[in-house]
Amino acid sequence: MSQRIIDCIRNKSYIIKKLHTTGALRQRLVSFGILKGVEIKYLASTNLNATYEIRVGKMNIALRKDEAEKIEVDEYEAN
Amino acid sequence: MKQIKIALVGQPNVGKSMLTNAIGDTTLHVGNFSGVTVEKKEISFKYKDYEISIVDLPGTYMLTNYSIEEKVTSDFLQNEEYDLILNVVDSTNLERNLQLTSELLNLEKKMLIALNMSDEAKKENIEINANYMTELLGVSAVQVSAVSKEGIDKLVHNIVQTYENPKKDTKLVFSEAIEEEILNIITHLQDNKFQSELSYRKIAINLISEDKETYRMLLDEPIWITLQPILLESIKHIKMHHDEEAMIDIFADEFMAFNNGILTETVKVKNINPTKLTRSQKIDNVLIHPFLGIPIFLFLMWGLFQLTFEIGSIPMDWIDGFFGWLGNNVGDSISNDDVRSLVVDGLIAGVGAVVLFVPNIIILFVGIALLESTGYMSRVAYLLDGFFHKFGLHGQSFIPLVTGFGCSIPAYMSARILKNDKDRLLTLFIIGFMSCGARLPVYVLFVGAFFSPESSGTILFTIYISGAILGIIMAKILKMTAFKGESEPFVMEMPKYRLPSVVLVWHTVKSKTWMYLKKAGTFIAAASILIWFLSNYPHNDILNTEYQSKIELAITEDSKNAFSNELNQKLLENSYLGQVGKFIEPIFEPLGMDWKMAVALQTGLAAKEVVVSTLGVLYSLGGDVDEENSSLIERLHENIPFASAVAFIIIMMIYLPCLAATVVFSKEAGGLKYTAYLFLFTTFVAYSCAFIGYHIALNL
Repeated sequence: MSQRIIDCIRNKSYIIKKLHTTGALRQRLVSFGILKGVEIKYLASTNLNATYEIRVGKMNIALRKDEAEKIEVDEYEAN
Repeated sequence: MKQIKIALVGQPNVGKSMLTNAIGDTTLHVGNFSGVTVEKKEISFKYKDYEISIVDLPGTYMLTNYSIEEKVTSDFLQNEEYDLILNVVDSTNLERNLQLTSELLNLEKKMLIALNMSDEAKKENIEINANYMTELLGVSAVQVSAVSKEGIDKLVHNIVQTYENPKKDTKLVFSEAIEEEILNIITHLQDNKFQSELSYRKIAINLISEDKETYRMLLDEPIWITLQPILLESIKHIKMHHDEEAMIDIFADEFMAFNNGILTETVKVKNINPTKLTRSQKIDNVLIHPFLGIPIFLFLMWGLFQLTFEIGSIPMDWIDGFFGWLGNNVGDSISNDDVRSLVVDGLIAGVGAVVLFVPNIIILFVGIALLESTGYMSRVAYLLDGFFHKFGLHGQSFIPLVTGFGCSIPAYMSARILKNDKDRLLTLFIIGFMSCGARLPVYVLFVGAFFSPESSGTILFTIYISGAILGIIMAKILKMTAFKGESEPFVMEMPKYRLPSVVLVWHTVKSKTWMYLKKAGTFIAAASILIWFLSNYPHNDILNTEYQSKIELAITEDSKNAFSNELNQKLLENSYLGQVGKFIEPIFEPLGMDWKMAVALQTGLAAKEVVVSTLGVLYSLGGDVDEENSSLIERLHENIPFASAVAFIIIMMIYLPCLAATVVFSKEAGGLKYTAYLFLFTTFVAYSCAFIGYHIALNL
């Protein structure tokens, strides 16, 4: 199984590999700058892991578990 | 005088409203965009020989049609008449903000950019070369700060300059692969001498980016036949080159690459320490803590409601007193009985009931404006969405629902914080299940009449809680039926915490309060006259004279009162309202209710408090009763069977809110159609629950 943002270590940088969604949600994610190749961090989640807080660029974004599961990431290689 | 019309566009949380306020000396006009309940703010001011008006468009991240607000913005930009676009961006988050900017550049309108929050950027050691940015983008970029008013004069000056000068060519360029295909399409359009208001480049970009409007426009043209294969080939090339399946990603990617190019040239960030926590992060560590977050929020809400209903009740007493005084004085000066009754009992009492809620509304909206403008509101949604999503609601539904326990009117109005249409409608339908303050007197009366004093507190609490639980269950049911469909995604920005601006909060609260007074006020004045008419007409002179003489002949004060009560009861029984009550009695019979209870419930449609006084009149105690009137409690206990009382309470909990609230609902939901749905929905649920409750109570 590929690595999703919700499986990540908190406050560590990752790179978005693929968005497993189409239509309205994809448009929504893209409009927040959640795109392939962009750096992303998992910051926090609510206590039942229902909602996640992530950081993309300089923006903190909240999304549901369902949505967060659609973001596939890769390890970040600093260069 | 020349007129300049400006479309103000920006992503959410970039300080657009602050900027319009900072321009100063403006007149503000607040209305709605046609057909939708999205607030339209328009300001105008004079500068030299120009009259400049600015339309503040709802914040949007991209020109998509995701929410109604985003749709309003993109429709306005593409279809309305305006002279130029003023794009507001947050200087501390340019990489994100320029994404919208590049989409706007693509519209090929005259445009300028306000680099807002320049003071904050300075603090964060972000240095922006605005002149170079102007040169690179081909549109004027001005550094401003809405807070310190720095650069505002220059911005206004540049607005006029941009207006007067011819439009410069946009310098938005795409990657080689896309530019090549754009050129192919342009050449084809040129070869065929295609006629269009849009530039060829714009048509080409629109086609490649799959803009539906442009496709619709070209579909009827003969050129489409030859254009189609070229376009197909172009799109195929681009997708192959970008190794992506969705065009929206490709363009987002293109814009990002373009923006990054601009940013490397124009922005320098000095000595940032990535490990140091920002102020927002520090606050978030407490406020959205996995365990502390919700208790802290509940405490803040509790505080807000304490304020709303404790402090709010002080001016409410004054307002109540004032309208009573006004009614008496005006009443004394009118000699005609009918006219006096119309003005005092109909008009003044009705409008007074509306004005009465103003203090509550002001305090609550100050609170909500503070929560919103500080950035805390989105944290609340983050914390609560998990729970509310299970019932088909949204995290932010919490605020209107809790407000509903106080009064449905501000609750309906505060549902505006929900940006998604379906989420908002669903929440609006559920608010009524939260028993408002005005229903309390009725509950107290019935609980007092039918339950022992020891258990009354528990019963009262049960009424409130079961209403709320029923509401949440109904939300789930509505979500699975009427509002069926894919749940809207929850992807939301958590903006930086910012200190709220007093001016902005004041403006928001002022315009909302004014809107409430204007809309609800005019309508309710008319409706209260109607209710007044129904309960006072037709006049029954025979009955009047008969009882007048009886009252005059009566010896004791008690029997005088008894006759006058009997008269009131008979008059009401014969009024149109009473006739309706008799007519609908059969409907209420399965619930064990007689026409008196039916009429009491009907008057509750005007205002829930009226139910108590109606019951007082109907059970012959005179109109002037309150919930602590012990003889009314006894009368109810004697005359109403226990099971019927249970059915009555259940209907009170569920059926249509008062007239004022229903009017506000109708405005907020966006049409009378929804009011009809609400009526059918609440009536059905109320009736079936009351029926079940009645039969259970019968068998107890």
